[in-house]
Amino acid sequence: MTEPGSKFRKKRLDRGIKARADTIFAVASWREILYLLLPRALPAGFLLLLPLFLDGYWEKVLVYACMFGLLALSWDFLASCGLFSLGQSLFFGLGAYLAGGLNYYLHWPPVVTLPVATIGGGLICSALLSPVMRLRGVYFAMVTLMLPILFMKGIEATGLLGGTHGLSALSPLVHDKVSAYLAVLGFLVCLFAFRRVINSDYGLVLMAIRDDDRAVMSGGINIYWRKSQALFIAGSVGAFAGALMTHHYQFVGKSVFALDYSILPVAAVALGGQGSFAGAALGAMILVPLSEALRALGGLRIAIYCSILILSILTLPEGVFHYMERKYQQFETKVEVR
Amino acid sequence: MSLLIYGLINSIILALYTVGFSLTYGISGLANFAHGALYILSGYTAWSFLNILGLPFWASAPLAVIATALVGFLFYWVLLLRLRGIALAELIVTFAAGVAILELLTWKGFYGIRYSLPLFLRGGVEIGNVAVDYQRLFVVATGILLVILLWLFVHHTKIGLAFRAMAQNERTALSIGIESDWIGSLSLALGSALAAIAAMVVLPLGVMESTIGYEVLIYALAVAIVGGLESTLGMIAGSFIIGYGQILAARYIGAKWMVIVPLAAIVLVLIVRPSGLFGKFKELEERV
Amino acid sequence: MAAQGPILEVRRLSKNFGGVRAVHEVSFTLRRGEFLGVIGPNGSGKTTLVNLITGFVKPSSGSVFFKGAEITGKAPYKIAGLGLARTFQMVRLFYNLPAYKNVIIPLCSPRVKRLRGGKYGEKDDAAIDILDDMGFERDSFVPYKPAGSLPHGYLKRLDLARALALRPELLILDELFSGMSMSEVASTLPIIERLNQEGLTIVMIEHRLKELFRVVDRVLVLNFGMKIAEGTPSEVMESDAVKSAYLGIEVDVEAQAG
Ligand SMILES: Nc1ncnc2c1ncn2[C@@H]1O[C@H](COP(=O)(O)OP(=O)(O)O)[C@@H](O)[C@H]1O
Ligand SMILES: [Mg+2]
Repeated sequence: MTEPGSKFRKKRLDRGIKARADTIFAVASWREILYLLLPRALPAGFLLLLPLFLDGYWEKVLVYACMFGLLALSWDFLASCGLFSLGQSLFFGLGAYLAGGLNYYLHWPPVVTLPVATIGGGLICSALLSPVMRLRGVYFAMVTLMLPILFMKGIEATGLLGGTHGLSALSPLVHDKVSAYLAVLGFLVCLFAFRRVINSDYGLVLMAIRDDDRAVMSGGINIYWRKSQALFIAGSVGAFAGALMTHHYQFVGKSVFALDYSILPVAAVALGGQGSFAGAALGAMILVPLSEALRALGGLRIAIYCSILILSILTLPEGVFHYMERKYQQFETKVEVR
Repeated sequence: MSLLIYGLINSIILALYTVGFSLTYGISGLANFAHGALYILSGYTAWSFLNILGLPFWASAPLAVIATALVGFLFYWVLLLRLRGIALAELIVTFAAGVAILELLTWKGFYGIRYSLPLFLRGGVEIGNVAVDYQRLFVVATGILLVILLWLFVHHTKIGLAFRAMAQNERTALSIGIESDWIGSLSLALGSALAAIAAMVVLPLGVMESTIGYEVLIYALAVAIVGGLESTLGMIAGSFIIGYGQILAARYIGAKWMVIVPLAAIVLVLIVRPSGLFGKFKELEERV
Repeated sequence: MAAQGPILEVRRLSKNFGGVRAVHEVSFTLRRGEFLGVIGPNGSGKTTLVNLITGFVKPSSGSVFFKGAEITGKAPYKIAGLGLARTFQMVRLFYNLPAYKNVIIPLCSPRVKRLRGGKYGEKDDAAIDILDDMGFERDSFVPYKPAGSLPHGYLKRLDLARALALRPELLILDELFSGMSMSEVASTLPIIERLNQEGLTIVMIEHRLKELFRVVDRVLVLNFGMKIAEGTPSEVMESDAVKSAYLGIEVDVEAQAG
C-alpha cells in the first residue's frame, strides 16, 4: 500500500484483569490497584468534598443532583428485575408527604421522620404496587405513571394534607451543610451498595427474574416475594430522597408528584446507561446541572430532557457510562502495517 | 334521569379517549404513551387550519385527523422502527415524545378562551326534563358509530383481518406475508386518527389546554387497566364503570371527588383481578 | 419423610385450551424410586401434562398429589420448593449469564438453603460440581462461558443441571434428548440411570424409544391427550391400542435398533 493513511491500523487490547470468573481478581501491582480504585475513589472523594466549597445556590443544585441521582438509582434497581417505572415521583412524593405530614401534624423531629418516611414509603410502595407486578409488560409502567398524577389531583381536589398550598414551616435539618452531606452520603452509599448487591447472588436472582421469570420459578424461588423486596428497596430509596427534600426546603407541596421527578431519572438512566448504577448516577450528575443551566427556558426544560432521552436511546443505546467503561478497559494503539 | 344521561355522555367520552390507544395496543402490542399528546395536538392543528389558514371547520377537522394520522405513521418510522420489540425502549420513547409535544405546546402558550374549536351543532333538546345540547348528543352518536365501524373494519376488511392475524400470532402472520412494520405503523396511524376524531368532537365542549393531553392519557390508561388491555368489551365496560362512577361520585359525595374515581377503580381492579375485568390473564397460560 | 405411599398421584387431570382438549382425564401413580417413561405422538399433550403437574398451567379439572399432599394449581415455585424439578422441552435458560451462574439460581432457593443446612459452602463451587457431573469439565472454560454461546446439547444438559441443583425428589425430563447428538445421549443416559439407582424418582418424556425402553420400569402412552396404555415396555408395545394409534413407531424402533 502506498498511501500514508493506510499504513497504520488500530490495535485494540482489553486489559486482562478479570480472569475466568468475575469473582477472581488477579491484582499484580500498584498500577493495577490504582487502575481499579481510581475511577471509584476519585468521583466519590470529589462529591464528598464538594459541599465544603459550595454555598447557597450551587449547594442546592448539588442536593438536587443527589436527589435525582437517588431516584435514578432506584429506577435502575427496579429495572434490573424487569419492572419499568414511569412514576418515580410516586416514591419521591410518598416519602416527602410522609415526612412532611408527620412533622407538621405530629411535630416529630426530622431525626424520626426521615427513617420513618424512608421505611414507610418503601412499605406503601410495595403494598400499592404488589398487585401489578404479577403482570409483565406495560402494566407496571402504566400504573406507576398514573398513581402520582392521581395522588396529585386527589390532594388538589380534596384539600387534604394542605391541599394546593402544601405544608410549610416544617423543621429544617440542623444546618444546610448537614442536609447537603446527608444527600451526598445517601447517594454514594446507595450507589456502592446497589453495585455490590447486583453482583451478589441476590442481584443475580433479580436479573434472572428479568430475563425469564418462569425459569426462576422452576428453581423454587418465589419471584413475587423477590419483586416486592425490590419494590421496597427502590421505594425506600425514592422516599428517602423525598423526605430529605421536604426537610431541606422545609416545605412539601403537591409538586412532589410532578412529572419532573419521573422523567428526569429515566432520562438520566437512558443517558448514562442501564444496569450498572454508575450509569444512572453519572446521568443524573450530567443532567441536573444541565437543567439548572436551562432554567431560563422554563417549561421547555422538560421537552429538552425528553429530547435528550430519545436521542440517547436512538444513538447510544448502551449509554455514556458503558461506552466510557469499555474505552477505559481498552488500550488503543496505532500499529504500523507492514 | 339526568344521572343516566350525564353518565352515558361521560362514559362515551371516556371510551372515545381510549379507543385509539386500545386499538393500537391490540394490534401491534405497542402502548402508545403519546396518545394524549396526539389528541391535543390534533386540536391545535384544527385550530390552526381554522384560524390561520381560514378554512371552514368542516374542512379543517378532517384535515387535522389526517395530519394526526400522518404524525402517528411517521412516529413509527422515525422513532420506533429500530426499537421494535424492546418493550422498555418503546415505552420510554413514546412517553418522552408525548411529554415533549405537550411541554412544547405549553411553552408556546396555547392557552385561553381564544383557543377553542367551534361546535358542530348548536342548540339542544330536553330529554325527559334534562337539557342536553346537540353537541353532546353528537359525541354520543360518534362514539357509538366509531365502535361499530371499528368492529366492522376489524372483522370484515382485508386489512382488518391482517391486523387480527398480527395481534394473534406475530410469527405466523409474518410467515404468511404480512409485514409487521407496515401493520405497526398503520396501527399507530389509525390509533392517532381515532384520537384526533375524539378530539374533534369532544374538544369543542371546552377550552383547549395542553394539560388536557395528560388527562386524556390518564383516563385512557385508567379505562384500559380497569377493562383489561386488548379487549373491546373491556374497554366499553371500563369506560362505563369509570364514567358512571364519576357522575355518581359528583352527585352524592361532591364534585371534587370525581378524580378519585379512576384511582379507586384501578386499585380495586388491581386487587381483585390484576389483568382487568375482561383482560385475558396471559400470565400463566403462555406456552412453556 | 414417610417413604410409604406413592410419591406422585395424578387423578383425572384435564386441560382444555379453548376448544383443544390438550389433556383429558389422565390418571396415574408413581412409586418412590420408579422410572416412568411417557411417550406419545407430537401434540398428544405430554408437555401440557408436565405443565399441569408442575403448576405452570392451571388444570381445568382433576387433581395432583405430591408426597401425599395436594398440589393442584399451586404456584410453580411452591411445587418446585417441595422437591419436584423439571426440565423444559424448549430450554429456558439465562443466556446472558455464564453457564455456572444459571445453576446458582436454584441454589439460592429456600429449599436448597434448608437442605444444605448450616454449612454454607461457596455456591460457585457447588454449581461447578454439579456441572462437572454433567460433563462440563471444571478445568475448561465451558462452565464460565455465557450460556448463549454454548451448543444446543450443552444447553440441554445445563437445564438438567439446573433442575438437579434443586435436589429434587422427583425429576421430570421433557424431551431431554431431542436435539442432542448420539454421543451426547450416550454420555447423558448413564448419568440419568445412576441418579435413578441412587433413589431419585424420574419421569422421562422421550421420542427415542430404544434408549427409553432400556432404562424405564414402566411406560405411559398418551394420544390426543388421553392415556391409551400403561405397563412395562414390552406390554405397551404389544397393546393393540398403541399399535393402531401410534402407527410407525415399530418401524422407528427397528430402524434405531438395526
Ligand atoms: N398454551 C397453550 N395454548 C393453547 N394451546 C396449547 C397450549 N399448550 C399446548 N397447546 C395445545 O395442546 C396440545 C398438546 O400440546 P403439547 O402438550 O405441547 O404436546 P406434546 O408435548 O405431546 O407434543 C397441542 O394441540 C397444542 O397445540
Ligand atoms: Mg412436548
